[in-house]
Amino acid sequence: MKILGIETSCDETAASIVTDEGAILSNLVLSQIEEHRAFGGVVPEIAARAHIDHVHTLIKAALDDAGLSAGDLDGVAATCGPGLIGGVMIGMVAGKAIAAAKNIPFIAVNHLEGHALTPRLTDRLVFPYLLLLVSGGHTQILVAEDVGRYKRWGTTLDDAAGECFDKAAKLMGLPYPGGPQIQALASECADPDAARARFPLPAPMKGRKELDMSFSGLKTAVRQHVENLPEGVLKRTNVADLAFALQAQIADVLAERCGKALARFKETYAPETPALVVSGGVAANSAVRARLDALCAETGVRAYAPPLSLCSDNAAMIAWAGVERLRKGISDPLDFKARPRWPLDPDAAPRHGAGIKA
Amino acid sequence: METDIEIENEQAMEAAAQRLAGYLENGDIVLLHGPLGAGKSVFARALIRTLSGDPALEVPSPTFTLVQYYESEKGPLWHYDLYRIEDYEEILPLGWEDSLADGITIVEWPERLGPLKPLHALDIHIHPVQDKPEKRILRMDSDRLSV
Repeated sequence: MKILGIETSCDETAASIVTDEGAILSNLVLSQIEEHRAFGGVVPEIAARAHIDHVHTLIKAALDDAGLSAGDLDGVAATCGPGLIGGVMIGMVAGKAIAAAKNIPFIAVNHLEGHALTPRLTDRLVFPYLLLLVSGGHTQILVAEDVGRYKRWGTTLDDAAGECFDKAAKLMGLPYPGGPQIQALASECADPDAARARFPLPAPMKGRKELDMSFSGLKTAVRQHVENLPEGVLKRTNVADLAFALQAQIADVLAERCGKALARFKETYAPETPALVVSGGVAANSAVRARLDALCAETGVRAYAPPLSLCSDNAAMIAWAGVERLRKGISDPLDFKARPRWPLDPDAAPRHGAGIKA
Repeated sequence: METDIEIENEQAMEAAAQRLAGYLENGDIVLLHGPLGAGKSVFARALIRTLSGDPALEVPSPTFTLVQYYESEKGPLWHYDLYRIEDYEEILPLGWEDSLADGITIVEWPERLGPLKPLHALDIHIHPVQDKPEKRILRMDSDRLSV
């Protein structure tokens, strides 16, 4: 079975072909980051325009790379949400058109399920497993029980962790995207302990039993620290210390929440080999990754982080989610509507508690 | 006349938003001005929770999705975050005119509206206070509304 995956829900225009045996025949990602950089963030209409410009070329190139033509496909999977609606529509409509023309199944994929199922593509992971999905738009702790069946145990109550990196970077006068900039500057920090003592940051939700997170207060604290720095051009060493303190704090918050989630996961599911998967763009941050690896080592849990190319937004994960769904006999009608909001666990209790402080 | 309201902390910010909620009607537009980390989202969240009648309602940051939709007894609630918008023309495709036609519209980063800024909106400016990390000054046009 060969499935074409299309992803256009945010920055990246991407197309990929994956087989039901988990072979990635092609995987192309055209990052629009250069086009967005001038604007200090993802600008939705630019995103939509650039997707329109590139999606067809990219699909064609993905077929060529795999040595296939559209007639060889067994199905088309496209991200249908959540995300920027203008972008989502472009990939979704392209996917539907191919499915209609070739009379093959169309699979509407939830972008988050793409991330959630990636470790089954890369590592043949068996259900259930615990998943930390941490990106610019999402920060969630989920249990993957089965294809299409997820329990959301924790979510951010306000900003996503990646959004916190981006906005804090902007406050520090750094370019977009913020995460890599902060990581690079943090590596210049000469004295980590002194940096964290000098720039104390709140530990939102720490110690609470629930698994929710909050990053808005961190952003506010960074703003105050920046304002308290001497006026004029910010000194690189100051910004490096602040970048280090922020990155370390975000890593701590995520590790603390994941530690609690792992304990609950072991108790609830009694898995033979408990596994934690970390996915999403923020998983690319080395400090976050190191803290979570250490946590897993301490608690006898296997840590999985898909390779970077499959961890940030990509279409192989969408094609794979298509494989998994189609194998279960799930496909979608061509009038499927794009969903700007599309929770993986629609039964999750709404969260309460903005304003809760550490 | 401009009125300043001193806000001591986050709870007081929520209380102010809750009071404002009682005065809002379908068709009203609330523009929340203030720098990153000033508390616009805190204010918006408390406003939306009060209007929706659900104190536990999940109100995520709309920075990524740009607009979030909620329902209330007073009609639809539209929560915009225009932080990532660069050109006001990008706002129309988000359904801007629909939200003005029916509902209460709450906008963060309203500077991005440019010429789309409605004349009858309630502008609320949230000012951080030097050396007082918890404190904020809320400045609004009290001729329009007295809270």
